[in-house]
Amino acid sequence: MKKKIFLSGLLGMLAVGGIIIAADHIDAPAVTGPGSTSPGNDITDVYAFQSPADNSKMVFVVNTQGLLSPGASAAASFPSNVMYEFNIDNTGDNMEDLVIQCLVQNGKMRVYGPVAPAATGLNSTVRVNGPVTEVAVTPYGAAAINSATNANGTKIFAGPRDDPFFFDLARFKMIIAGSASSFNNPGSDTFAGTNVMSIVVEVPKSLLGSASTINVWAETKSK
Amino acid sequence: MIRFNKISLSLIAALSLFAASCDKNDTPTDNFDTSGTYIQNDQMARPAVNTVFVNSARKNEFNTTVPSAMNAAFNAQFQSVLTAFGYTQNALGQDKPTFAGLLVTDVLNVKMNGTTTFFDGTNVLTGRTLADDVIDTELLLIFGGPTGASNPGLTKDNVNANDKAFLNTFPYLASPF
Repeated sequence: MKKKIFLSGLLGMLAVGGIIIAADHIDAPAVTGPGSTSPGNDITDVYAFQSPADNSKMVFVVNTQGLLSPGASAAASFPSNVMYEFNIDNTGDNMEDLVIQCLVQNGKMRVYGPVAPAATGLNSTVRVNGPVTEVAVTPYGAAAINSATNANGTKIFAGPRDDPFFFDLARFKMIIAGSASSFNNPGSDTFAGTNVMSIVVEVPKSLLGSASTINVWAETKSK
Repeated sequence: MIRFNKISLSLIAALSLFAASCDKNDTPTDNFDTSGTYIQNDQMARPAVNTVFVNSARKNEFNTTVPSAMNAAFNAQFQSVLTAFGYTQNALGQDKPTFAGLLVTDVLNVKMNGTTTFFDGTNVLTGRTLADDVIDTELLLIFGGPTGASNPGLTKDNVNANDKAFLNTFPYLASPF
């Protein structure tokens, strides 16, 4: 009985929620749909955590271009017309008070900020007068190239990494489709063996304001 | 607040001048195009929110809605998806409007001091670290009912960790396959 209610709930969700694909892997049809020329815009996951190596620092991660096979990873790159932007609200109104802007051109990533944005919202201009950190993009197959810690305490990385996300997405899709009623045990990680294009930025907490809690999100913007 | 920002900005400016003068590696040496206006394509914070709760026709709209406007634009849709799931209340004691209200503003709440995790059994939504089993947390809150014991076959996917160990040092993510 319960199961039945549940399945109909799930089927209802199909109608309401549309087709379910992944975490947020491939949730942006405008930039991942057929014929899209901007795969670099699709964010798969965002992380924000205290540095395990230094508790005075916060780490921000934005991953893009999900489900890259090892074979496809060498050719993957960060488009030069895309800005990867971390947004930080430290006043509790869900509007960005600080941004960290990441640009990749000619094999290098430059990271501007944390700095107040020129304006909040959907459009961004580069805050060139803020602090800047630079690093070479790590090529596929090479050891990670980390920037030196900048004078403002910032450290950055850009390049392919193992996708840290794990989920039995295939089974979940079967449940949604009505061809299974529960997860398997053990499950099977749909993202095993796949890579993402990753940007990691570590900054001193002291650059993020004095709030006890901040709100963080990532955006991709292009021109 | 404005004053504080000004002071910290000038501090930051002073620091970056210092950086430019004393560390060659931090000094941009080639032409980097920083001109123009960048226009938003995708937005994300919490895992799977847009994917699960926003219908296909509105996914792009969600990605180009600023977080402060998401509740007004999408709360009703989130509640209708929860209704379709048979949702009444979760283990945090949140009824449907409350849970929808939490989910719909797609930001990661991050605690500045102490443990940063999506959920570790004690701390709830204080960040997101690489090892967090965010899917189990979301499945439990969506399908687990008021005690977390409902629908045991749907509240965890039994994939509990990444397939590669994370690093204790920067950049923390494992090397690619």
